[in-house]
Formats: sequence, C-alpha cells, structure tokens
Amino acid sequence: MTHVLDPNALADPSAAPGGLPDPYADVTRSDDAFRAFLHGLPGVDQVGAQARVAQLGTRSIKTTAKAWAIDTAISMVDLTTLEGSDTPGKVRSLAAKARRPDPEDPTCPAVAAVCVYGDLAGVAKQALAGTGINVAAVATAFPSGRASRAVKLADVRDAVGNGADEIDMVIDRGAFLAGRYLDVFEEIVAVKEACGPAHLKVILETGELVTLDAVRRASWLAMLAGGDFIKTSTGKISPAATLPVCLVMLEAVRDFRAATGRQVGVKPAGGIRTTKDAVKHLVLINETVGADWLDPHWFRFGASSLLNDLLLQRQKLRTGHYSGPDHVSVD
Amino acid sequence: MTSSFEYAPAPESRSIVDIAPSYGLFIDGESTDGTGPALKTVNPATEEVLSEVATASDADVDRAVRAARRAFTRVWGPMRPADRGKYLFRIARLLQERAREFAVLETLDNGKPIRESRDVDVPLAAAHFFYHAGWADKLEHAGLGPAPRPLGVAGQVIPWNFPLLMLAWKVAPALAAGNTVVLKPAETTPLTALLFAEVCRQADLPPGVVNIVTGAGETGRAVISHPDVDKVAFTGSTEVGRSIARAVAGTSKRLTLELGGKAANIVFDDAPIDQAVEGIVRGIFFNQGHVCCAGSRLLVQENVHDEVVAALQRRIGTLRVGDPMDKNTDLGAINSHPQLDRIRELVAFGVDEGATCWQPEGELPGRGYWFKPTVFTDVSPAHRIARDEVFGPVLSVMTFRTPDEAVAKANNTTYGLSAGIWSEKGSRILQIADQLRAGVVWANTFNEFDPTSPFGGYKQSGYGREGGRQGLAAYLKGDN
Repeated sequence: MTHVLDPNALADPSAAPGGLPDPYADVTRSDDAFRAFLHGLPGVDQVGAQARVAQLGTRSIKTTAKAWAIDTAISMVDLTTLEGSDTPGKVRSLAAKARRPDPEDPTCPAVAAVCVYGDLAGVAKQALAGTGINVAAVATAFPSGRASRAVKLADVRDAVGNGADEIDMVIDRGAFLAGRYLDVFEEIVAVKEACGPAHLKVILETGELVTLDAVRRASWLAMLAGGDFIKTSTGKISPAATLPVCLVMLEAVRDFRAATGRQVGVKPAGGIRTTKDAVKHLVLINETVGADWLDPHWFRFGASSLLNDLLLQRQKLRTGHYSGPDHVSVD
Repeated sequence: MTSSFEYAPAPESRSIVDIAPSYGLFIDGESTDGTGPALKTVNPATEEVLSEVATASDADVDRAVRAARRAFTRVWGPMRPADRGKYLFRIARLLQERAREFAVLETLDNGKPIRESRDVDVPLAAAHFFYHAGWADKLEHAGLGPAPRPLGVAGQVIPWNFPLLMLAWKVAPALAAGNTVVLKPAETTPLTALLFAEVCRQADLPPGVVNIVTGAGETGRAVISHPDVDKVAFTGSTEVGRSIARAVAGTSKRLTLELGGKAANIVFDDAPIDQAVEGIVRGIFFNQGHVCCAGSRLLVQENVHDEVVAALQRRIGTLRVGDPMDKNTDLGAINSHPQLDRIRELVAFGVDEGATCWQPEGELPGRGYWFKPTVFTDVSPAHRIARDEVFGPVLSVMTFRTPDEAVAKANNTTYGLSAGIWSEKGSRILQIADQLRAGVVWANTFNEFDPTSPFGGYKQSGYGREGGRQGLAAYLKGDN
C-alpha cells in the first residue's frame, strides 16, 4: 500500500469564504499598474512544468481508482458541438446523450452540461428541462473574438435570453498580446455583467498565447475580472488543452483562492479524447489543488469524443472485455 | 460529489525476478564460492531477508585481480576497439531488454521507489553503456593524445544508493577504454551487480573482463590495496574516501574519488517559484535523499522565504509514501538500519541546536526503515545540519539577502559536489554559477544526469570526473 502523507495538505488554508478584503482592489486602476502587477507574477519555467506533468503522467490508476476517475470524468464533461452545420436535431440528440450517456447502464452518471452556439441554446434548454444538466453557450464572437464590444455583449445577452446557464466567452487575444491588458479586463467585466445570473467561463485560447508566462497572466486577469471559470481553448486552434497549460491554470486558481478566498473553476477544452488523457487531468488536479476541485462545479472537460471513450472504458471495467465503437452511440 | 481520489494499490509484480537463496562471487566468468562468511541482504521496506551473498576474502580478491590481469593482457587489451564497443552495445541492449527485472530487483534490495528505479536508475545505466560503447573506437578523439592507452586493472568500489547506476558509471568507461575490472558492490545492495554478472555472461563478455566480489569494508580494502590494481575508483563517504587516499598514497595507482556533498540549492526572488519548489523536492527527496549531490541546503532569498517554505510544506504533504514496489510511491524506505540511526542522530542534533524542525502529518509504514521528509528552518550556517552530510530526506533552510551573500554561504562548506540556481534571469545564473565551487551546477533544475556530462567534485567531495569526455581521462594514459 502507498498513501499520501498529509491528505489535508492542499485544503483551503484561509477557510474564510468572502471574509477576506480584496488584496487586488487597486491593481486595475491604470494600464501601467495592471501591467506591473501581471508582469510581477512569478515566471513559469516551461521545462520544469513539462517535467512535472510528465512525472504525474506516470501515476498508475487502476481498478477502484479508475472506476471512480471514469465516473467523475463523465460527470465533468461539457458535451460539446460547435459546428456550422449544427441543427436542432443534432442538439436534441446530444442532449439525449447527455442525460443518459450509456443507455444500457442507468448507474452511469449524466454529464455536467451541453455546450452549443448561442442560437441553439434554447433548443438545448428545452431538451434538458428538468435534468439538472446545464446549457452552456459560446458567445462574444466565438471563436476569434474579432468583433466590436457591442456585438459581443449583444451575443452574450442573446445566448442568456435563449436560456444559457453558462456563457463561454473568448478573450481578446489581440489586445492581450499587444499589452492592452486593461481593455481585455474591462471586456470581461462587461461580459460578466451581461451574463446576469449565468456563470461565466473565460476562454484564454492558450494555443494563441503560446507561453506559460502568458497563460499565468491571462489566468489572473480573467479571475480578477470576475470569471467563474478559466478555460483553455475554443477547440478551433491547435494546440488546444495541454497538461502543462492546465497545470499553470490550476496553480493560478489555487494561488488566487489562497489570496482572495474565492474559488475559480478550470476547464480544459479541445484535444482531450481518451480516458487516459482525462485521468491524467484528474491526477493533476488531485496533486496540485486537491479534492476541492474534483467536482463538476469546479472542473470541466470541454469535449465531444472523450465521452465515448470514457463509456467504453467504463464498460470494459464492468464486463472485463472491450466492446467496440458500435456499443456506444455516435452522439 | 466531492470525494477524495484514492489511488488503488498498483504494485509492480516481483515475479519477474528470480532471487536465488544464495549467491557466490563472479570471478573469471564463473560464479564461485567466497571464503568469507556469507552476508544477508535485506529488503529495507519489509526487513525480509532476500538472499545470502558470499563475502570475498583477500585470497578471493587476489583470484579476481589475477583473472582481470589475465583478461587484460590476453584478450581485452589487445582486442580491436570496435569489438570492445560491440560488447558494450550488447550489454546496453541487454540492460534495456531486462530493464523491468533490474528495476524490480533494485527496488527490493535498495528500498527506492519503483518509479525511480524504472524511470531513472535503469535507463540511465543503459545510457551510460550506450554512450561509452560509442567511445570505444574513438578514444584518439578524447583529447588525450593520438593513441591513449588503458591503465590495466581497475579496482572499483561503489555505494548502495544507486547500485546499478554506479556500477554503470564505473564499469562502462573502464571497459570502453580497454581496462578490465574488479568491482565491489555495497554490502547492503549486491543483487543488481550479481544480475549484471549474468548479463556479462549473456553478452559473451570474455571471462575476467568484469569480476564482481561482494562483501563489506574488508573486501573493499582488499580490492583497493591489491598491488596489481592499476586504478582505484571509489564512490562513497568522505571518511572512507580519505582512508582510501591514504592506502593508495605512495603507490603508482591512479585514483578517482566521488565522495559526499552538502549542496546548496539557491532560490532567488525572481525564480519560477512553482518549479523551484518541485526542484527543491527533487533535490532533497529523490531517492530518500540518499544522493551525494542532494540539494540538502536550501538557500532562499529572505524576501520570498515564507512563501517558498509554505509552498514547499504544502507540496511535501502530497508526497506518497509506502511500499516502494507500488508504482505511485514517491518516497521509499531508508536503505539500512545504521543509515536510519545516522539520520535520526543528525536530526536530533538539529533540534538540540535550536533549528525549527517540521515534518508533515501522516503515518509511516510500521515495518522496515522509514523516515519522514523533514525541513529545518531557522538554520544557522554553524549548525551541524548545515555542515554535515545527512544522506537522508532532511533539508536545511537558510536565507540570504544579496547574490554575494548567496555565493559566500553556498561555498561555505567542506564539500563541493553540486549546486542549484533558481532564477528567471539568465545573466544572473551564469554569473553565480561561475563563482560556485561545485563540480555540477544546475540551473532551474536539479538532480538531472546524463552520460555526456562530467560529474565530480571540488574539495572534500573528491577528485576526478565521471561521464563525458572528461570521465574517460580517469581510465586512460595519454602520450604526454
């Protein structure tokens, strides 16, 4: 047997929700101040981050641990379709899959949300009524984000009006890379306001930010602006979610909670296709931020094909043999 | 649905290795009985006796040296260098083919986590043979003149912390350069060396080229003081190294020593903190801190001390401890009871001298030799835990204010094997590295090894280099 030395090592040390004064209230007072703050965050050594995820990638997750991980991962999936060819029929069929991912096995958990374009949020909402499964809609001129702020905000209001419970926005990467951090910040603040009660996931599109230093800065920027989740990617740019990026984002939400008392969720999206990938992410959470994030409220997988692989592996654990792609539904 | 993610046991199977109830010596290509009393070798994680191993007496060592001399004169010395290379390539491939077997055996005999023996010790051992196999027919390009010649018979004594890897560090360059070898593994960890003997046979290595004599200190003394040994190579404690230097003084034997260390791991305030914390953990808890180049002194800039120590303690709490054969274990067993006693003694000194001792919550396994990862803060450079090599999972944290002070404190040790620098500023790394009196300086990493990179110490950490072109010089005579 082997065990972790201190199971509470990653527990929240502050444990005073909402009671902390905001230590970063004035960092956004000017462009220069915000820039100084973001550039003052500790750097990320890319080689070291890669080595860390490679080491955690060797964790051997078997039997009961694997079963737990697969069910947890299923419950964290934002089942996604973001194609120009999406139709109400496609969305309804995805919603049916979201409710009962494995029609042959009622013990299989439902997914966390269905993620669609804003115009189809209403269809998804109707199809998921009464299930507790959220409707997430991408907005703000997804995926490029290249539109005026007024258009982006209208896009958000439209999606919320159609019944979206969660809004997945994209940041203005052009502004971020040009160093106009305050513009990016203010846009997120405005989107958050337009969201009303809907939860806001902020897509950093890390494949366009490229460096891990930029990922850390963008993560802090999005959290300070009020994002409920930080999300890696749109899925339209390669590379999408990678483990080093996810590690840096997890470190950011951990440090942000320690400083402010507010917990922010993380959503890697795009490129996570296999159970093995998903389990590696769960190990990464477990050993970086701990059990507080091992929950669909705080961690999501943005994925489409991942779910079927999770289902196949789940069937394999239950029956002892692999079935095949025809034993799970196409969508 | 918050609940914790408990990793189910994931034990590596031990059925892949076949441990004989007893082992003899490997002399002249054959397993022979030793004339000394047999030693028991123990699994430190369970205290189970794994096997009995022969002890080589002076007469046995003499037989081994004579076999090595014969092989040197008749076979290995005159052999075409490219053919020597072929044998080394063959050994390297066999190490890879039998990697799991070696990893399991190493973990059973040493107590280190299977993750480390599988991912570090065995692949690096194979890499050393591959690297040196390539040198065998290119020695004239080693920078030692147009036709460097081997020394003859090398007497090599290796430690228990990386039994197979240290064997590879010693045997591969010696053979590549055309020498033959009498090797004495450590008394607590002889089994992988004996499995290596089997690999030598499997590779059809000519008899006598590699001889392995097991035993304790007496056997080692016989190896290094044998008059027909031309070259002595030792890795181990500074105390034993000193006595070897005395024994070899006045003879024509060449000597290289790789001894203890008390490495400084220097963290500047502009360091990548999360990676630095990983590097600190890797520096001192890798192989339970049984590493001569372990980063046992953490020098952290005072303005980030509290932040770094808090992050380090949080990270230490997540280490997984227990059965070294479990693939998820991070921290294995202390290699022997005497070593455990030494660690306890030095930690008690640290507490007495007034340093603040921190250990994580949590239980250690009941049987076997175990010690919790330990962090001392408020350590003064005058404390024994800041000066003596603990050779265990014990870190001493000190602070500095300026780069000059960091260098002064880092160099304020009788050792000089390795050091680490953590900073995002490249120019600072180069400037500090230049001033550190240490054989290896790692920048934004720690305990990273490669056969192409020479390894060795300053001051009481020994002399001579192992690995790289420089390491070949220890086994070759130049023309000048």
